[in-house]
Amino acid sequence: MTERAGAALVTGASRGIGAAIARALARDGWPVGVNYRSEAERAGGVVDEIERTGGQAVALAGDVADPSTPDQLFEALESRFDRPVLVLVNNAGINRDDLTPSLRDEQWDAVIDTDLTAAFRLTRRALRPMLRARSGRIVNISSVVALRANPGQANYAAAKAGLIALTKTAAVEVARRGVTVNAVAPGWIDTEMTAGVASDLLAAVPARRAGTPEEVASCVRFLASDEASYVTGAVLTVDGGLSA
Amino acid sequence: MSTVTKEQVEARVVETLASFGPDADQITRESTFQELDIDSLDLVELAQVVEDEYGVVLKGEDMKDLRTVGDAVDLIVSRAE
Repeated sequence: MTERAGAALVTGASRGIGAAIARALARDGWPVGVNYRSEAERAGGVVDEIERTGGQAVALAGDVADPSTPDQLFEALESRFDRPVLVLVNNAGINRDDLTPSLRDEQWDAVIDTDLTAAFRLTRRALRPMLRARSGRIVNISSVVALRANPGQANYAAAKAGLIALTKTAAVEVARRGVTVNAVAPGWIDTEMTAGVASDLLAAVPARRAGTPEEVASCVRFLASDEASYVTGAVLTVDGGLSA
Repeated sequence: MSTVTKEQVEARVVETLASFGPDADQITRESTFQELDIDSLDLVELAQVVEDEYGVVLKGEDMKDLRTVGDAVDLIVSRAE
């Protein structure tokens, strides 16, 4: 397995797409920080699984919506593996769905804070070691609803569309330093987060099925790899053709 | 911060700027960032080095009025005092 000069941080990695991304990056040789907010046991399970298969990982507690979390996560991960963080995957996200006429301020704020503002703060923090190393990969997990409307998700869609704008802007700012910033926009993926959500989207998916977390993770793994060195500011949809 | 001398700051600034492209011996106090081809992102990185090493926080608005290497050194030294 390739010995990596850096470590990878995946936020919201105790389950679902984040856990699959952590496993995929570990298989690619990255020592991985498995961030979680509340599910310590499940994050520990992801770490155990990675270690059992010959990878390196550490579980890192922290609510990304807290402004002090980025520094804590980066310092803990960098000291654990004694190397800079050169891959950041902003995956942590929440949804608080409601139709716009009844969407409350706290639902709006909670989603913007966690899904957009936290990603900005983590990106800002990540660029320090990446610019210095002249190397880095940031992958923001957006959503197909940033590109195609889904009723009941005005807050989530605004945050995920904001992530795409953040991705493109940061990408052009740092491109000449060997740092790439890209977004992945999953469509309907089978996870606990989507399990209880009613949606007409699935019926509209040309592939006629939901995607798997692993199908998203493999795209993130590519964007984090050396092979993707000339891909930046891009939005890779992983949606079975939904947004095509 | 009183242990930091102007010479030390200048040497570190020159070393950092040189890592962005220009030859170290081409960099003087009078050199402008424009003639050294030092851009805004380079200055952001310089500010981060300064913060890490001297604990001096330089914001974007502090940096945008800097024209020469000497301007940057003087600003950092004054903040470090």
